[in-house]
Amino acid sequence: MKKYTYTEKKDTRSGFGAGLHEAGKKNENVVALCADLVGSLKMDAFIKDFPERFTQVGIAEANMIGIAAGMTIGGKIPFTGTFANFSTGRVYDQIRQSVAYSNKNVKICASHAGLTLGEDGATHQILEDLGLMKMLPGMVVINPCDYNQTKAATMAIAEYEGPVYLRFGRPVIPVFTDPDQKFEIGKAWMVNEGTDVTIIATGHMVWKAIEAGEKLAELGIDAEIINIHTIKPLDDEAILTSVKKTGCVVTCEEHNKFGGLGESVARLLTTELPTPQEFVATNDTFGESGTPDQLMSKYGLDAVNIVEAVQKVIGRKKA
Amino acid sequence: MKHTIKELEDIASQVRRDIVRMVHGCQSGHPGASLGCTDFFTALYFEVLNHKTDFTMEGAGEDLFFLSNGHISPVWYSTLAHAGYFDKSELATFRKLGSRLQGHPTTHEHLPGIRIASGSLGQGLSVAIGAALAKKLNGDHSHIFALLGDGELQEGQNWEAAMFAPFNKVDHLIASVDYNGQQIDGPTNKVLALDDLQAKFEAFGWHVINTDGNDMQAIVEGLHYAKTLTGKGKPILNLMSTQMGAGVDYMVGSHKWHGTAPNDEQLALALAQLPETLGDY
Ligand SMILES: Cc1ncc(C[n+]2csc(CCOP(=O)(O)OP(=O)(O)O)c2C)c(N)n1
Repeated sequence: MKKYTYTEKKDTRSGFGAGLHEAGKKNENVVALCADLVGSLKMDAFIKDFPERFTQVGIAEANMIGIAAGMTIGGKIPFTGTFANFSTGRVYDQIRQSVAYSNKNVKICASHAGLTLGEDGATHQILEDLGLMKMLPGMVVINPCDYNQTKAATMAIAEYEGPVYLRFGRPVIPVFTDPDQKFEIGKAWMVNEGTDVTIIATGHMVWKAIEAGEKLAELGIDAEIINIHTIKPLDDEAILTSVKKTGCVVTCEEHNKFGGLGESVARLLTTELPTPQEFVATNDTFGESGTPDQLMSKYGLDAVNIVEAVQKVIGRKKA
Repeated sequence: MKHTIKELEDIASQVRRDIVRMVHGCQSGHPGASLGCTDFFTALYFEVLNHKTDFTMEGAGEDLFFLSNGHISPVWYSTLAHAGYFDKSELATFRKLGSRLQGHPTTHEHLPGIRIASGSLGQGLSVAIGAALAKKLNGDHSHIFALLGDGELQEGQNWEAAMFAPFNKVDHLIASVDYNGQQIDGPTNKVLALDDLQAKFEAFGWHVINTDGNDMQAIVEGLHYAKTLTGKGKPILNLMSTQMGAGVDYMVGSHKWHGTAPNDEQLALALAQLPETLGDY
């Protein structure tokens, strides 16, 4: 198992804030909008340097999406910011009609996704957003795994033409990817090469997959770990190449197993290469209040859960 | 009056103590507008509302209350506990794993007193209207109360509801706005000004009254007066001015305390200003 270390922990939303600031410096068409959550979205640096390119819309997410769609008509590249729940479910038809169907260059940037939002509880912890967004034709869906990758992804989507959903989170987590990485939309990142099982992880679950990989190595299981940061378009080739070698797969996401990354992988494999698969994901449930660590553990999203899923799927492969 | 103003003020003091202790206990949550709305909740549950504490979802024959700005759950939970819906010891579990006292109110854990989830802003007025329509169909002439945040009024759904209620003569509805002038990113006037709310609601066909939400006498009288206005073809809007953080001097009037928990030192400072009248949980 390749050794991954980190010297600091940061929140992915701060990676978004830093990436937005950089994208703003590079391209004066980049504009930002927020619905009364500037601090939570870490937009302060952008607002300080480009006050005239920032729009505070108030607590009015539907209006924000519509305004963003309209601004693209004048050549702007709008980045909207609010929590993941209010970025998706709250404004689904506004996104569907004015952004996705109209093919507008809006970047929907969503913080506090998943259980790790913590104490605010289920009203704010969306576990369905990846599914909602990946179902929209033409929507690119990205869920980066640490501060550096989120920063790189934010800069990359500014250069991509078309609607994008960028999902990130609140908790501080290890920073372990390359600070100077070039982010390629739709291109999987090989975290660790292995032969016994393919672990496919996205977002906060990538570090957990690395922790699981280390435990599995101690048990004599050689895991291949792939980071799928772009859920749509899916890197079919990377997944198929790996699964051909390993013969079984575990998908890991901080999301409902209904509609998430795991189902996208299953759809690919059933048509191309039927393969035993296990899902590390929430199981058709809402979240609840608690600390992020307590919730990840209660809902089965820890490294131990990945280890168990790997042992189970390897058993199915032999059977 | 069921209680004297002094008795109500004593209850409010205890509720305020609970609020700061609850958010301190889990180092999260929203003290500012909880404190600002404490006098309203006390007046409502101990003086105005016709309600039973052996809770049923339908609440037939009872007045119902809906909290749209669900983030101020601490004040509601404490009020419900002191009113007798559940034991006050449960307040210690606020926002902790497995608690019925979720960060935002929910029916999912079956906490007595809660009839709908809230927290995602802008939905409560519609729900209150729906409950009022159902009561009307049932021949039940009880009142429906709702509380909304002022920043929350930026959500368009409120204005869909505001248009619907007068047109459909939903006239047993008394909606109050927590008019504290603050929201997360700053004063509401700087984020997205609401301007003349009274004129706006009146133009939509509401009967608007103004109350001082941090003066117990005024809020009790205001809510009683609002009740006398019902049944006359118009929904009632109570534009209730409050101060964010009311009762804790260093929190007063600042959006910084919208969603920040006090540290140990700040907790002690707050509790020193709030007499323990009914016993801490
Ligand atoms: C739909 C939605 N958007 C955003 C939020 C995040 N949020 C929670 S409270 C709040 C500010 C509410 O302002 P106001 O109603 O004035 O309440 P106060 O600040 O007085 O407590 C925001 C933006 C939310 N809970 N729901």
